[in-house]
Amino acid sequence: MSTTYIASLELASGAVLLSAVMTLWRRGVRSIVTMLSLQGIALAAVAMVLALHEHERALLVTGALVFVVKGLVVPTLLRRVSRLDPRSRESRPLVNVPASLVFAAVLIVLAYVVGTRITSLAPSHATHLAPLGLATVLVGYFMLVTRRRAVSKIVGLILVDNGIALVTFLLTSGVPLIVELGSSLDVLLVVVVLQFLMVSMRHHSDTDQLTEMKALHD
Amino acid sequence: MLIIAILLIPLIMTVVAASVPWRPWVGWATAASSGAFLALGVALSVATMSAPQWALHHSFRADSLSAFMVIVIGAVSLLATSFTSRTMRQEMESGATTARYARHYAVLMQVFITCMLSAVLTANLGVLWVSIEATTIATTFLVSHRRTDAAFEASWKYVILCSIGIALAFLGTVLIYYAQLHASGPVHSSSLDWTSVMSVAHHLDPNVTRLAFALLVVGYGTKVGLVPMHSWLPDAHSQAPAPVSALMSGVLLSVAFYGLLRFRAIAVAALGPVFPRALLLVVGLVSLLLATVMLIAQRDLKRMLAYSSIEHMGLLAIGAAVGSPLAIAAVLLHILGHGITKAVLFLSSGEIYHLEGSTEIDKISGLLARRPTLAGIFGFGVLSLVALPPFSLFVSELTMARAEVDAGLWWVVAISLGCLSVIFAAVTRHTRQMLMGAASVGSSSSPLSVSVALPLISALVACVALGVLAWPLQSLLTHAAQGVLP
Repeated sequence: MSTTYIASLELASGAVLLSAVMTLWRRGVRSIVTMLSLQGIALAAVAMVLALHEHERALLVTGALVFVVKGLVVPTLLRRVSRLDPRSRESRPLVNVPASLVFAAVLIVLAYVVGTRITSLAPSHATHLAPLGLATVLVGYFMLVTRRRAVSKIVGLILVDNGIALVTFLLTSGVPLIVELGSSLDVLLVVVVLQFLMVSMRHHSDTDQLTEMKALHD
Repeated sequence: MLIIAILLIPLIMTVVAASVPWRPWVGWATAASSGAFLALGVALSVATMSAPQWALHHSFRADSLSAFMVIVIGAVSLLATSFTSRTMRQEMESGATTARYARHYAVLMQVFITCMLSAVLTANLGVLWVSIEATTIATTFLVSHRRTDAAFEASWKYVILCSIGIALAFLGTVLIYYAQLHASGPVHSSSLDWTSVMSVAHHLDPNVTRLAFALLVVGYGTKVGLVPMHSWLPDAHSQAPAPVSALMSGVLLSVAFYGLLRFRAIAVAALGPVFPRALLLVVGLVSLLLATVMLIAQRDLKRMLAYSSIEHMGLLAIGAAVGSPLAIAAVLLHILGHGITKAVLFLSSGEIYHLEGSTEIDKISGLLARRPTLAGIFGFGVLSLVALPPFSLFVSELTMARAEVDAGLWWVVAISLGCLSVIFAAVTRHTRQMLMGAASVGSSSSPLSVSVALPLISALVACVALGVLAWPLQSLLTHAAQGVLP
């Protein structure tokens, strides 16, 4: 067990969570998208490091796929939307930024509490890092719930997805390739669908502040 | 071979619908393809009675449960797609859609159906997830088909909520995979194949499996329309075109529920019956109670049908919670009966919408005097929905109640019956208001065309036949239930 392997795995996994927390801190869509791009690259790095360590060729392919989809394609798509919409700054989050950061800390602790029950099944350097992925998932959910802008909701969804991908890599060295391919494709399509809806809604109505969409109710 | 044919038929139809401009015959061709794979589904169910069928190097696997689900998907698709041409013509006449979007509609319907078929026919639990997630993408565009503000809002909510939910289901699937990799038993397996997971299910780590199953119940429960992530359902079902609502409510919910049935078997094997039962009972009962409350004062016809779907999904969850062979067989019969009934109701509510220009219950009255055939179909559909004999939902609800009593869950029977009687009163009151009531002036009385009446009436007859003589299905149902018992 080389120390380079452990150090690089810890560094990359930590970077995934760190960039998730940074998206809570930043408000401009551009810098948030940059964070997402970094997160995608860090995630790809986790997969690559594990693949090299365990000599898994399938995981290497997955890593390359993650790099292209989550590091390049998805951020490019989001950047295009932010260019279309100059008002995409998160102006009125339901929970303000300092409080969000405190919540994030609480969520990370929670992830460790839940995570240790899972990692005790097969303790190793990789599985011990899995709570970082769970924490990323929780931060993503927090973002979804507390941010009003449509773009922020999409970012939250991507964070959740990246967090799950990190858990997958660390616990199981990746799900079978066919499942990985399918889920990456699904994520990509969901982002495309959401963008289409955002653009269509802007053509139709004045605002994409979702909390103000109250036409449908009982 | 059968499995490949079943998947290829809608796939080929997708290519056909995509490659030619919209014409009414495309709609009829999609109906014919649904009929074709329904017939193959019946053949598959005969074949699976002796042994599960495999295809494409064990990528696809069909046991009796899969074959039964193919039949459900086929029956409801046949109903829904036989309305494609009519719905598109009505919408084009009223300016709600164009030939371009009609073509999109035809293609997406086929993609949607293909995804559902691949979900029930795949051998791999990960591919099951991918297929169910893919249905979200196809149906989003179908929900927003009318391109109004409300339709966009409904589909936005739909994608966001279902993606969140289904992400949880993926995490749950990953945890099952992790538990499978480290299973303590004599057999080792490292794929998400249903058979290999089941072969080690007794040795899965309880802590990990418990968390995984909870995530799966909430995750797939979102797509099923179970509490706590059900709020997309009434919006999406009320905004989508009628045939889409029919397919979503009639089968998509049940296909997601099929995923839950599979994972329940794994969870019961790993954890014993107590935890899965408690979890499913809670979500089932709360969904049932919520639907009851929302149905009492419902003012919109399609939302009423949507909440009734939540009610029936709650009943399915309760049935699955009991989990005896009898209960699972009843759950499966309920899936079929509910699918057909709900499709009939959504399709006839589409006709009512076309006629009245509204789905608000207060604005519809005297339907029986003006459009007796349509009103009759809708009325009998409602009687089937509230589970009166001789319709099959009566038989399945009665059987579920019996299974609950056998399991000693008297209090569950009491709560369910209470809810069902309130729902019965509420739904029949809303329906009476629409069917009876004073006929408004300017009533049109052109008779319902045979191409509309025939499929709907034969579907209702099928529900009665299922209720009166369950024998053609009985052996299939019990055999299918065996597949998801640990």
